[in-house]
Amino acid sequence: MERNKLRSIIFSHINKNILLFFGLSIVLFFIIVAIFAPFIATYDPAVTNMQAIFLPPNATHYFGTDDIGRDVFSRVVYGTRISLFVGFIAVGISLIIGIILGLASGYYGGRVDSIIMRFTDIMLSFPTFFLILAVIAFLKPSLVNVMVVIGLTGWMGVARLVRAEVMSVKNREYITAAKLQGLSHKKIMFKHILPNVLSPIFVTATLSIAGAILLESSLSFLGLGVQPPTPSWGNILTDGQNNIINAWWLSCFPGLAIVFTALGYNLLGEGLRDLLDPKNKKENN
Amino acid sequence: MLQYTLKRLLAMIPMFIGITIICFIVIHLAPGDAAEIRANMGAKYSETARAKFEAMYGLDKPLIEQYILWLKKVAVLDFGDSFAGDGKTVTEKIGQRLHITVALNLLAMFFIFLIGLPLGVLSAYYQNSILDKSITVIVFIGFAVPTFWLAVICMYYFSIYLGWLPISGLYSEYLYDSMTFWGKVKDIAAHLVLPVAISVFGSLAGISRFARTSTLEVLNEDYITAARARGISESKILFSHALRNALLPVITILGLSIPGLIGSSVIFESIFSIPGMGQLFYNSVLMRDYPVIMGILVIGALLTLLGNLIADLAYAYADPRIRYSKKG
Repeated sequence: MERNKLRSIIFSHINKNILLFFGLSIVLFFIIVAIFAPFIATYDPAVTNMQAIFLPPNATHYFGTDDIGRDVFSRVVYGTRISLFVGFIAVGISLIIGIILGLASGYYGGRVDSIIMRFTDIMLSFPTFFLILAVIAFLKPSLVNVMVVIGLTGWMGVARLVRAEVMSVKNREYITAAKLQGLSHKKIMFKHILPNVLSPIFVTATLSIAGAILLESSLSFLGLGVQPPTPSWGNILTDGQNNIINAWWLSCFPGLAIVFTALGYNLLGEGLRDLLDPKNKKENN
Repeated sequence: MLQYTLKRLLAMIPMFIGITIICFIVIHLAPGDAAEIRANMGAKYSETARAKFEAMYGLDKPLIEQYILWLKKVAVLDFGDSFAGDGKTVTEKIGQRLHITVALNLLAMFFIFLIGLPLGVLSAYYQNSILDKSITVIVFIGFAVPTFWLAVICMYYFSIYLGWLPISGLYSEYLYDSMTFWGKVKDIAAHLVLPVAISVFGSLAGISRFARTSTLEVLNEDYITAARARGISESKILFSHALRNALLPVITILGLSIPGLIGSSVIFESIFSIPGMGQLFYNSVLMRDYPVIMGILVIGALLTLLGNLIADLAYAYADPRIRYSKKG
């Protein structure tokens, strides 16, 4: 293929999916920041310096310093690790529960299906935020509890999605063939059905990560999220709220980090949905 | 229709039982004994109060019996006394605040519908245009902004810096009684602008994306082509033919958005000091006022059930295929 033609094809794809590429870049950017946090941060995020409190952004403190002289830039960089970690683990927990319940529900059908789906409906009828707050009120706010509770209250969408997908593939010939070969139910579910339903799950997971990061920040705002001194975007932002008038930089940068990340995961998720949807394929090519 | 309504009402009973079981599990999450924690809360709570708490939840009895005892009380909306020491029952406390939260959420839902739906329809009609992409980005920013952050920023900017709007509360405490009727309406409206606007901005994404998808599907239908062939104007096709059919699935989304809205009332009501159920919930969480927490958890879930029921009935009313199908 001619070079120019190739280039124009690539560009027309990027142009058509510009929001997808935008989202992907943001997501990758923050993942890199999280991985290389120790190399990117210019100060130790925990070190206080009473000689340098409430400094506005400058050449040495890119994002300024907070009320006890910690470097906000370094805290936001390390907060990336915690916030993404919360997002990934919480969504991981939701995915495991949702996939197992969804597979069982769709594959076995009948009574198993109706029990699991009733349970899903019940969980869906709780205002999730109330449920999370109530559980955290009874337990203690900590990094682990926050991740687990967000994960345990977020699997319902995944379960419904997996169930629907399983029901649409379980009567295909290759599944019947696998059954005739005498494969175990477990093997058929995880080896033959699951790989075929992965792409919509991936889209949902991407969207959920944004939701989990936002939930952690809301919990932090209420003082029930990841507890200081561990820096998460949520609790850095919350610390900054009290000084929003005289030190805007304290809440501005962690807030923007959350906005960009959540936006990034959403655009990526929506873009992937359009891309993976076979209905759109004909128009796109 | 009557048959369908009855069927849906009956289906709510097992849901209610399931909800209470989950709430019951939450009570038992407390490390150690719930009664122990109660006793640890401070010396001013006497032994008799502790005994009362144990009796209320029947903590000395086997689990199943405890649950049934509790369920009997919950069935008549008796959640016991609040721990706050003001001598009020949980039901009284929630009752004083419930209507504020419900009214606020209904108001927010109205605007979400009013703004989100046309945005979605326009987005679909001008698919892949700059307009479509801008709408997508704007509604997603609304979703991506931490609501409490936006609320605090707007509060400082509009209420303190510019002084255009009142800072917090539901109405101006000292002047309210002396106002005329329209003055009162204006006063409450001024207090509600920020909380409702921010809540709406944060929730536009769900409904407008959904409306976009369902409009896209409808626009490919044959009857739209037929309408075009008959020379009906584009705006009429869009807003009268397409919109009406794209509207149906959106009703379900409204039902599904209820838990999120009710949940976020915790944030809004605590920032803007609105004396609703969310604020009560947050205060109860901080004070470990377990009876109130449980009460609001149950009531919140019931509100969601009720909202879903209304959405389902509205859907069935609008679409006879649902009403008469076996699945019901």
